Amino acid sequence: MAWSRKDLLGIAELSAEEIHLILDTAESFREVSERPIKKVPTLRGRTVINLFFEPSTRTRSSFEIAEKRLSADSLNFSSSTSALTKGESLLDTAMNLQAMAPDLIVIRHGHPGAPHMLARRLKAGVINAGDGAHEHPTQALLDAFTIRRHKGTLQGIEVAIVGDIEHSRVVRSNIHLLLKMGAKVRVAGPFTLMPAALETLGVEVCSSLEEAVTGVDVVMMLRVQLERQARLRVPSVKEYFRLFGLTKRHLSLAKDDVIVMHPGPMNRGMEISSEVADGPYSVILDQVESGVAVRMAILYLLSGAREP
Amino acid sequence: MSVSHLDGQQMRRVIRRMAGEILETNGGASDLLLAGIRTRGVPLAERLGAAIAQAEGLDVPQGILDITLYRDDLSTIAPQPVVKESHLPSIEGKTVVLCDDVLFTGRTIRAALDALQDYGRPRAVRLAVLVDRGHRELPIQADFVGRVFQTQARERVEVAFPETDDGREEVVVLQPTSEE
Repeated sequence: MAWSRKDLLGIAELSAEEIHLILDTAESFREVSERPIKKVPTLRGRTVINLFFEPSTRTRSSFEIAEKRLSADSLNFSSSTSALTKGESLLDTAMNLQAMAPDLIVIRHGHPGAPHMLARRLKAGVINAGDGAHEHPTQALLDAFTIRRHKGTLQGIEVAIVGDIEHSRVVRSNIHLLLKMGAKVRVAGPFTLMPAALETLGVEVCSSLEEAVTGVDVVMMLRVQLERQARLRVPSVKEYFRLFGLTKRHLSLAKDDVIVMHPGPMNRGMEISSEVADGPYSVILDQVESGVAVRMAILYLLSGAREP
Repeated sequence: MSVSHLDGQQMRRVIRRMAGEILETNGGASDLLLAGIRTRGVPLAERLGAAIAQAEGLDVPQGILDITLYRDDLSTIAPQPVVKESHLPSIEGKTVVLCDDVLFTGRTIRAALDALQDYGRPRAVRLAVLVDRGHRELPIQADFVGRVFQTQARERVEVAFPETDDGREEVVVLQPTSEE
């Protein structure tokens, strides 16, 4: 199967074959980061713009490293350090950037659909690095890559996703991806942070953390996104931790070889205890490492797509 | 009437002779490293390694090089070719013998030389090919050649090893089909 898309906007529209191709390609790119000289000339002469309207450390630096290891020229625009806050519309910003003839634009924006709007209007390929609470496809792909490396497959793997389901773009992308690849997904979180009709996506909705983690292969904890809540929807951090914070006791309910994931940044002592985050089951730093390989694969595949 | 053909037995003899030439030129098997270029340079490197081990009683380190990321035509072809992993032990101070099935334009070897640089500084790099079919586009020559075939540029030289080609073991020259 060959890659033909100009953009990577979400997991929802991808086929299982396309996901396999990205993960397999990422597997080959892992080796580049283990060499003495961590750079290949593949994207020499290509320009990538990283356009970040929301704060990000992990995702932006991961894209930047991936771009540099592929020899692309990259530019960063973030809302705090550029004219993005001076009242220019998103489309005007984008048209100006287009005039500089980039090959790819990586965008994070607080509004769902912002990358899709740009993708329709720009010649450059667009990569969604998170749009509001909608999708975060590269995170879901690196999560899947990490699971596959540890479990060998995604088929039949049971995954519990726990926490702030409503505000999470990571969970949406992950549910789409895991179900397409034949995994089983359970979700749990406080009722005030659970969107309605979640089970229509094909996931099992659990009422407690204990129920969610019993017998699973993977526990994926989500950050409570305090910045997206006008009013805090949980009574207190302490109460949240007591009901939905992952501790060693919970892990004894899961499979013996369970792995614990978190997309970061973590609120230690809220959704996860330090004992678990730093413990032997944690693959949280593997996720970060996988991120570079997965993003290299995506940059590589997208830069080969041609306008129809 | 094609004289440009090798059967399995001829291939094995040619490869044994090449292994002998490598040993003779290198003055033994010390500090050698055989790097097979994906796909069919890999079985060639394995066979050369086995022949050297048989002659010298010494296992020569082997590696696999995927040159996709170093191709010079990535901006002109679409979609992107599939990237596979490279595995290379340390090449520092070694005499690296690049192994490939067919030497044609020389562009693959150019890419392989660039790729090698990113793994360190070998003492020397040599090139071993099973078939040299001419039509070079770059100033590149092989040090160890199995056979030289006179070919037309549009013909295709196909090398088959049992493990990569469903059990077939031969070298054939194919005439261009009408759609090519």
